[in-house]
Amino acid sequence: MSAPARGSQVAKDRVISTFIGVFAIVWLFPIAWTLWSSFRPYAEIRARGVFSMPERLGVFNYADAIRRMDLPTYLWNSFAITAPAVVLTLFLGSLIGFVVSRYSFKFNVGMLLLFTAGNLLPAQLVFIPVFKAYLQIGDLVGNRRFLYDSPWGVVLIHVAFQVGFATFVLSSYMKTIPKEISESAMVDGASVFRHYWNVMLPLLRPPLASLAVLMTTWIYNDFFWALVLMSTDAKRPITSALGRLTGEYVTDYNLLAAGAMIAALPTLLVFIVLRRQFVSGLAWGATKG
Amino acid sequence: MIAAAGRTARRRRAFTRGDRLTLALFVGVPIAVHVALVWLPAIATILLSFTYWTGIRYTDITWAGLANYENILFSTPAFWDALRNNAIWVGWFGLIATPLGVLLAYEIDRQIRGHRFYQSAYYLPVVLSLAVTGIIWNFMLRPDGFVNGIMGRDISNAVSFFGNYDINIYVIMVIASWRHIGYIMLLYLAGLKSVDPAMREAAALDGATEWETFRKVILPTMRPVNIIIVVITIIESLRAFDIIYVIYGTSAGLPILGILVFQNIAGEGASMKGAAFAVILFLLSIGPIITYLRQQFREDVR
Repeated sequence: MSAPARGSQVAKDRVISTFIGVFAIVWLFPIAWTLWSSFRPYAEIRARGVFSMPERLGVFNYADAIRRMDLPTYLWNSFAITAPAVVLTLFLGSLIGFVVSRYSFKFNVGMLLLFTAGNLLPAQLVFIPVFKAYLQIGDLVGNRRFLYDSPWGVVLIHVAFQVGFATFVLSSYMKTIPKEISESAMVDGASVFRHYWNVMLPLLRPPLASLAVLMTTWIYNDFFWALVLMSTDAKRPITSALGRLTGEYVTDYNLLAAGAMIAALPTLLVFIVLRRQFVSGLAWGATKG
Repeated sequence: MIAAAGRTARRRRAFTRGDRLTLALFVGVPIAVHVALVWLPAIATILLSFTYWTGIRYTDITWAGLANYENILFSTPAFWDALRNNAIWVGWFGLIATPLGVLLAYEIDRQIRGHRFYQSAYYLPVVLSLAVTGIIWNFMLRPDGFVNGIMGRDISNAVSFFGNYDINIYVIMVIASWRHIGYIMLLYLAGLKSVDPAMREAAALDGATEWETFRKVILPTMRPVNIIIVVITIIESLRAFDIIYVIYGTSAGLPILGILVFQNIAGEGASMKGAAFAVILFLLSIGPIITYLRQQFREDVR
């Protein structure tokens, strides 16, 4: 490449970089503005306008939000749904992925198709029957809240939907693991279970870590299922609870901002600490529907 | 082929009873959960869309034929409004948000100055729950919010960004893109990692400009990822629900298909018109879903 051409590319790159940089600031601004507002009393903004200089600054909205909105309970609910759902999804996904990639059964491709297609179906398409089935099963076992209005019901529906993506990623990863590793295990006479548990599972750490990060944010952030499959507000995860709190605290937006920031904190922390896992997780799956 | 079949046969013979049980459980449990909670309910919804039912007693279900669909097509104006809004959604995402995400990924992958920071900055909105996103944008756009403040308006003469029917779909598109662009960027970035850097260097040596390299080298080699991204864009636009629900609740503030399903199935006034809406949503997604599967399983299915 001639020197002037390279020089003009450098100049162009500087323009591009500046442009993308300015927009990055625009991108982050709504979050920063909400964060800033969460440190100010709403009454002050009401009285003196959005751009007024702050008279009072502090974490009082946070203290208030935690106390009045009962946020620790909701955060715990979120955790009690997200953690089992992620673990179960990865476990079940690794089972199917293992069988599909290590044994050549006729129905392997069909099975993968079934899971991947299921993952793409709109949630609205399955809602009515799932809702009725949960109530029905509850009546059968003599406890209406066995699955309906229970964290386990929400966990199950998340697992059922997400297992497709986990299976897809894990099976494509396992296909890249040399067959020789499995063959030596079989020659040694290891059972199928030992082959899975002692040989394959330890090798799956990298994709499992990435998937765990992705799924944690997806499941933690969802609020549709907890909204429709739970009726007791005190059992709902924090994302679903925010909807009700929005209605209840319209008179104090800044308190709500503090609540929203607290709800965002877990996924923000996961993202900041484990940033790289997001790219590699998506690279292995190529995509998620 | 024969060797492979022989190996399979030998392997199958080598399975002990315990192994067979293990395999059955490994396959059976995940399939049972998935089929019972995704596929059977999906089929049930399709069947229910041809019935009248209030969703309470099973004995009350009566056959309706195509009545629910006729009702939607001929006497539900909200359906056509929703279809129009979903079409705007697909168009906006497809023509503006997705291409921007792809270009952003390309520039960040070239490691322009500050690329690490940019990647995090643009992806940040994607890790927020839409419940949080709704609150954040309310701070920007409500009558006494930031944007009205910048425009010098106060509550008495504020622009109603969410309430004005002429502009609210585009306001929503800005908010949805805030998320979508980052998502597409990261997906594409993940795909770009597999592009051989030698190809790019070769193009540079041939004197190609960056724009030419992108168009003639990167885009064609990224064809599989391009297909996936187009499909995801369409599917996401069709099943959009959360952001509208967060801002408008179940009121008809801004009709889209995902909300119409919800209005008709949740709460006291359930009717199977909701099921029919869900089936229409499903029918519209079938094309993209099949394209996605064909792309992902290209090597497996011949």
